[in-house]
Amino acid sequence: MTELTLPLPHYVTPPPGAHPPLDYPGYRSTVLRHPLRTPIDLPQRLTEVTGPVLGDRKPTELDADLTRQHSGEPQGQRIIVQGRVLDSDGRPVPHTLLEVWQANAGGRYQHVWDRWDSPLDPNFSGLGRAMTDAFGRYRFITIKPGAYPWKNHLNAWRPAHIHFSLFGRAFTQRLVTQMYFPGDPLFFQDPIFNSIPDPAARQRLISRFNVDDTVPEWALAFDFDVVLRGTGATPFEGDDEPEDQA
Amino acid sequence: MTSRPRVGLTPSQTVGPYLSIGLTWDDGVYAADPAATGGFWLRGRLLDGAGGAVSDGLIESWQADPDGRFDSPEDPRGGRPFPGVRGYARAFTDAEGGFEIFTVKPGAVPDGADGSQAPHIDLSVFARGMLDRVITRVYFADEPAANAVDPVLRLLPTDAARATLIAARTAEGYRFDIHLQGDDETVFFALR
Repeated sequence: MTELTLPLPHYVTPPPGAHPPLDYPGYRSTVLRHPLRTPIDLPQRLTEVTGPVLGDRKPTELDADLTRQHSGEPQGQRIIVQGRVLDSDGRPVPHTLLEVWQANAGGRYQHVWDRWDSPLDPNFSGLGRAMTDAFGRYRFITIKPGAYPWKNHLNAWRPAHIHFSLFGRAFTQRLVTQMYFPGDPLFFQDPIFNSIPDPAARQRLISRFNVDDTVPEWALAFDFDVVLRGTGATPFEGDDEPEDQA
Repeated sequence: MTSRPRVGLTPSQTVGPYLSIGLTWDDGVYAADPAATGGFWLRGRLLDGAGGAVSDGLIESWQADPDGRFDSPEDPRGGRPFPGVRGYARAFTDAEGGFEIFTVKPGAVPDGADGSQAPHIDLSVFARGMLDRVITRVYFADEPAANAVDPVLRLLPTDAARATLIAARTAEGYRFDIHLQGDDETVFFALR
């Protein structure tokens, strides 16, 4: 058997407060679904620093346009959601899959479990997929999702949001998150948004209105960059600085 | 010392209850082709702290091929596909919390100076009520010698903890239940 001394990268440790805790009683569904024992530190070895390429799941252009997936256009405010996928070293993450899903303009999901009394839109499924380009950029066309009530607490309403799922290059980089819209009046009462301890980190989930890329007579643009864990290497090719494996 | 992010990380948020809208792949449960040599079903249940079924969860898997290599350009030995093996899968849980993934047993994976890791599959678990994924590993009950010297299993404090990561042999493959909380709580890992 060949024993290799493998030059593996080490993905940076998220600083305290960057991600929400699993135990967050303000979001009631967490109560029975968070582990009580302290997690064991898993060394980042081959399985953790590799990940699926998903090249066989290349989306079509139509997959990234949620307004053209049916015979008619959906109701609601047409928007462009665009940005870059980066790692925390500032390096773009090219050719990586993004999957998004969202409610319709009235805040209703095309899902059997959603009983919110707001009409479904026959022209909106709420599913989008895209691959980042060589520069880590992505772009979706969709409609602005509506807020909707839920039963977490009295008069609880979810701020308008779009769910994002990303793989990056490595199992360690896998991320599922939600993108919000600037100026939403519902942030103050939303335990999911407020579960992120670091207020600066929380703000990173709020997209920014982009007037320059807003298309006249057609659609408002919002920018949303997603930052996955990087390896702490300098963002230049050819740096062979050995990673600290401690 | 670990380096710190230069650019602020995007925080995790829950997948919520409607994850199947965005995360469904028709062939998602197949980490290996149905006709792959040595293919089997890895089946289990996802359970909450009251022993109740988590019926709106998602399990994702990632593993080496039977030679212990990864179909990923990040594999420093050079990534390459293995015929009939995809290496990744995703499965939603059903009303009983049940999930199933069709795969093949991965080979042992080199672990640098520390020798090698026993055959294992990394899992991510997502669900409504989970603000971040949790990570666990599946090992195989019929690999006692490799498991005994596995550097990750040896990090665990007790045999009872190790036992939560060992999938039992069944007629159609292996069984691996995931207990999010409670006396039988599965060992979960942090990737620091």
